[in-house]
Amino acid sequence: MNEIKKADSDTVIENRWASLRRYTDARIAQGRTGVSLPTEALLAFQMDHASARDAVHIALQTEPLMTALQAEGYRSLVLQSRANDRSEYLQRPDLGRRLNELALATLQAYRQQHPEPVQVSLVIADGLSSMAVQSHAAAMATAVLNRLETRGLSIGPVSIVTQGRVAVGDEVGEQLGAQLLILLVGERPGLSSPDSLGIYYTYQPEVGLTDARRNCISNVRPAGMSIAAASDKLLWLIDESMRLGCSGVALKDQSVSATGVNNHKNFLLPSDHSA
Amino acid sequence: MTGYSATAGQQRWQFEDLKTLLAKATPLRSGDCLAGLAAGSARERVAAQIALANLPLKVFFNEQVISPDIDEVSRLIVDSHDVVAFAPISHLTVGDFRNWLLSDKATSDSLKRLSPGLTPEMVAAVSKLMRVQDLILVASKCRNETAFRNSLGGKGVLSTRLQPNHPIDDPAGVAASILDGLMYGSGDAVIGINPATDNYAAVTDLLKMLDDIIQHYEIPTQSCVLTHVTNQIEAINRGVPIDLVFQSIAGTQAANESFGINLAMLGEANQAARELNRGSVGNNVMYFETGQGSALSANAHHGVDQQTCEVRAYAVARHFDPLLVNTVVGFIGPEYLYDGKQIIRAGLEDHFCGKLLGLPMGCDICYTNHAEADQDDMDMLLTQMAVAGINFIMGIPGGDDIMLNYQTTSFHDALYIREVLGLHPAPEFERWLQQVGITQPSGKLSNRMPDQFSGLLDGL
Repeated sequence: MNEIKKADSDTVIENRWASLRRYTDARIAQGRTGVSLPTEALLAFQMDHASARDAVHIALQTEPLMTALQAEGYRSLVLQSRANDRSEYLQRPDLGRRLNELALATLQAYRQQHPEPVQVSLVIADGLSSMAVQSHAAAMATAVLNRLETRGLSIGPVSIVTQGRVAVGDEVGEQLGAQLLILLVGERPGLSSPDSLGIYYTYQPEVGLTDARRNCISNVRPAGMSIAAASDKLLWLIDESMRLGCSGVALKDQSVSATGVNNHKNFLLPSDHSA
Repeated sequence: MTGYSATAGQQRWQFEDLKTLLAKATPLRSGDCLAGLAAGSARERVAAQIALANLPLKVFFNEQVISPDIDEVSRLIVDSHDVVAFAPISHLTVGDFRNWLLSDKATSDSLKRLSPGLTPEMVAAVSKLMRVQDLILVASKCRNETAFRNSLGGKGVLSTRLQPNHPIDDPAGVAASILDGLMYGSGDAVIGINPATDNYAAVTDLLKMLDDIIQHYEIPTQSCVLTHVTNQIEAINRGVPIDLVFQSIAGTQAANESFGINLAMLGEANQAARELNRGSVGNNVMYFETGQGSALSANAHHGVDQQTCEVRAYAVARHFDPLLVNTVVGFIGPEYLYDGKQIIRAGLEDHFCGKLLGLPMGCDICYTNHAEADQDDMDMLLTQMAVAGINFIMGIPGGDDIMLNYQTTSFHDALYIREVLGLHPAPEFERWLQQVGITQPSGKLSNRMPDQFSGLLDGL
């Protein structure tokens, strides 16, 4: 963003502790004018909120997504949930979890032409961030599908579901007779993370199952978890689930342990104080 | 039970039972629509309000919205009702009760005496007939004061919870937000962290860290780490320093079970924390959070509207004499409260109902990015809440919670409303702010960072 010109630098009181920003992304040391937020900080916040709002409300463009998948050799179907628009989607989570009639007909027609069951169904749902899906879903999908193909698994069409919530994947998977369901969804945008993609994995999907049967990988975005790391984690989950014949809470994620690598000391206390 | 009815012009509306009447009389909100409980039309809603206004308050003893036989919250409500306190209004209808509350008969003292005689359903009912200004006016008469290491809820006092959340609980990251908050005069209600995990060891590290900071700087405030109550009971048993015990609560037994709690557990925690005697000014030790929609989201609402369920949670809260009750109004999402208008109304209802039931109400004035709300809505709710006399609000750097991914009030927001309305932090905390030089004798923030704190930056 362009710098806001500060004509009267005497008015704004800056904070000495801006250096502490190295420890946190929190909006600390913003300074004040009187007791209020300086103009620059105010507009930075408004821009971040605008990005998050746009992520929720700008409709997913399915064409570019299909083209990107096609370029990697993956066919896709475009489907919609029972929610007719964003307003209904936001107020009626139940409708976003089920496919509309046209979507069901599309899948049934596909099944008639391709009667053999597939092992893997990958679903992309816009969820609460079209920005996340538009930006990262094609790359994430192809990274995973390429690896699954080399293991010899049969892959169904990629289903792109608009106005879709996580559970809508179960219905797609059930319709396609899939053994493994991978669902990519735009996560609820944070103020500084409008483009976060979530991945939900279910072994033997069926309509009506609960979160307890799903495994989740969250915060996939350039500033969060990388596509490569997310693929590793997902492949680990898939292998384990096929070995154990289940997914969800019964399948504890032991694939990674590296968290909290940046633990810094509490500087508010003298050094002899901390244990 | 024949139900309840109202007539307007040629049309007559019938309401099958009390919970249906309460639901249909509720001002529009998405959660009641989602549950299939909302009025079918604007006229049906007002007809329900008319029928509700004509209902004698005594009806609330004859008909329970959820049977005490299957719900321990209902059982608590029935068993703890004070008939003597209720006597002055026992002859009134719900509509008369609204008039009474707005009249000069309702004073700070008479409301305090009445409080144990009120049930949550009565209070929810009358709130459904009230406009925003009614909710503000009556709440502003209530004074529910509590104390631990400082005195909260006094006239002219508006306190803040300093909420220094960090996505991985990095001690320096948490400390940076605490320092930022203290320098802006925040943290007198509590310094309270939502931990990134419920991991016991991580939680106790945070508890010790907060306690060390409060002790080292002799800050007249209290700490809290918002983990499950069972974690906190265990910590108390192992000698970890705990000031306040936190728990999310809801208005039905089944919803509380979905949180993994019951009344006995809360009682055990309350007693254990009280026995520590860590408060210097008082010994209110519980910190509860609530929010409309929690019972529905747990599929545990028994066909009762979300606002009535919320007020029932306050019956749970008042049983344990808490220091703080925080309605987290806009966090749950647009399927329960769709937009700024619904969030604002819900926040003011919660504050009014809680205050009437005797609780030290605060509010997490907040929204998520998928709700139809923005900073302007929060400014409106903050201003109205402060006029209504709210005990405390949240304080977060820039209003942006980087761990929970939502927006709440900032340190600056608290200063704004204190300046506009002439409000102060808790008196003990206000004195501390002046002693350490964060504020000037006038109460305004100093322009210079005190040496004690600026010195910390040199070694980093």
